[in-house]
Amino acid sequence: MRFEYTIEAGNFSKAGDASSSFKKILKQLNVDPHIIKRIVVSLYEGEVNIVAHAKGGKVICDVDTSRVTIQLIDVGPGIPDIAKAMQAGYSTASAKVREMGFGAGMGLQNIKNNADELIIKSEVGVGTQLTIIVNLNKA
Amino acid sequence: MDSKHFHHALKISDEICIGCSHCMTVCPTEAIRVRNGIAILYENRCVDCGECFKACPVSAIFIDQDDFKRIQAYKYRIALVPAVFFGQFPDEVSQNQIYTAILANGFTHIYEVEMGVELLLDEVKSYAKSHPEKKPHISSFCPAVIRLVQVKFPALAENIMLLKPPLDITALYCRKELTDQGINPAEIGVFYITPCAAKIAAIKSPVGEDYSMITGVINMDTLYNKVYKFIRTDRSTHPPVIPKKHLSKTAWQWTLTHGEASHVPGRSLAIDEIHNVIEFLEKIENDEIGDIDFLELRACDESCAGGVLLSANRFLVAERLRSYSPLAKDEISEKGSIQAYKDYLLRRINIQAINPRSMMKLDENMEEAMRKMDKSSQMLQCLPLTDCGACGSPNCQAFANDIALGEADIRQCIFIQKNREQTGELTPDESLEMLKSIWGNDKFFSNRK
Repeated sequence: MRFEYTIEAGNFSKAGDASSSFKKILKQLNVDPHIIKRIVVSLYEGEVNIVAHAKGGKVICDVDTSRVTIQLIDVGPGIPDIAKAMQAGYSTASAKVREMGFGAGMGLQNIKNNADELIIKSEVGVGTQLTIIVNLNKA
Repeated sequence: MDSKHFHHALKISDEICIGCSHCMTVCPTEAIRVRNGIAILYENRCVDCGECFKACPVSAIFIDQDDFKRIQAYKYRIALVPAVFFGQFPDEVSQNQIYTAILANGFTHIYEVEMGVELLLDEVKSYAKSHPEKKPHISSFCPAVIRLVQVKFPALAENIMLLKPPLDITALYCRKELTDQGINPAEIGVFYITPCAAKIAAIKSPVGEDYSMITGVINMDTLYNKVYKFIRTDRSTHPPVIPKKHLSKTAWQWTLTHGEASHVPGRSLAIDEIHNVIEFLEKIENDEIGDIDFLELRACDESCAGGVLLSANRFLVAERLRSYSPLAKDEISEKGSIQAYKDYLLRRINIQAINPRSMMKLDENMEEAMRKMDKSSQMLQCLPLTDCGACGSPNCQAFANDIALGEADIRQCIFIQKNREQTGELTPDESLEMLKSIWGNDKFFSNRK
């Protein structure tokens, strides 16, 4: 099953709407609460990244009985150095964004910690595509 | 539905219910439907918050209590009275009068529920220190919140502090104190004067406990009426009962909003009213808000001062409790009371793990759940999204789910009916029958009762 959400750039008050909607679906599908939490935490981080950095984007969530695959696709600046961006604490966030409690530089790391697989594709000046995979079979 | 082991104190009287659907609209967990002209409760979704009780215009929803006469079956009749009980009376009524009136109504002993607070507070602090991985800690105080977490926020069930609430500690304490005086335990009846439905439900089917120490439950309005009548009409000259000064200010205000949170170190928040609680738990569950240490969550607006069984205005009750307290200073109660049983009670202060029991799932089996979800979203596309409730479900989304679960028929929607009447797929008679199956026959006569 596929679920799609549009992410509005710059609107932090709506960051989290896609996560909340998708969370409700996962609960209805009787996914284990701990796995739901990992999925939702990763998705939320990805959502905030798009809100903060991109000109807009979308989230495509695919669910089957074995796994959840989330693609976060944005039109935006891209990530020049993915390895650096993966480092905990590395942040390009402005003071304004940090004031709102975002931009601590833990985002991608946090996604990686919660996902079973994380694939990052990015082109500077074009955009970034994150693919997050979480297996649903209990470990 | 897995409702067998779940007691609900909220009951709907089929005779009184007029099927107006007010309760269905306000239920925060979408646990009510209207069928055959009356409201029905999906018991595994109900958290006993009492919103339906407040919304019912004809008092068809009632809170199932024990018969007051039942106290007489015991030689020693303990009233476990919450502080909010005392906050209901007008300022000119003294606490001595209230005590006198409670005893005059048949009880032999009075214990304030919040006596357990002074032991609990230190335990809350040390629990918070020793379980840092389970932050934010959610207070185990409000049974409606515990049930809400179980059914709607299953991932957060492990965040609930596994400590007895003051009620259970005090119940244990009063039984122990009396049996230590040589009283036969079988002769002790402990009756809790409840401000809400959730507490009754928690007593009749405790979560995280094997059994409850409480013999029976009396609704607070029942005792309030008896006590107030006594105070207004009693002209006897016997001397008033002078209550022992048991409670500290902390304990006295514990059940008010911020009563707990203001004493727990770190970043502690107090949130009252069930919709506020739901909104906040959504964010906690998404990990949107970090660094919170403790959450005091109460289902009622103004916490227990807003309990549905209180007779006075909740803001006045809270104000009265804040403006006077049994002890002038915030000192620990006198020796010889609960402190003497500290070791005994602390050994028993933990409760068992609280298990999630999600009500959200469409099916146990994920493949089947996906099929039902598919059906539900197809149905939703046909529905008007007006959330009018004429189908007997609280909103279009809930109705679509009900259809997918096989509990409703799409022709219950009046918009679908109009369409199908136009295309000839449904006759006006069939359409009327459909509505009668939801709203009952009576609503379709012009001279209905």
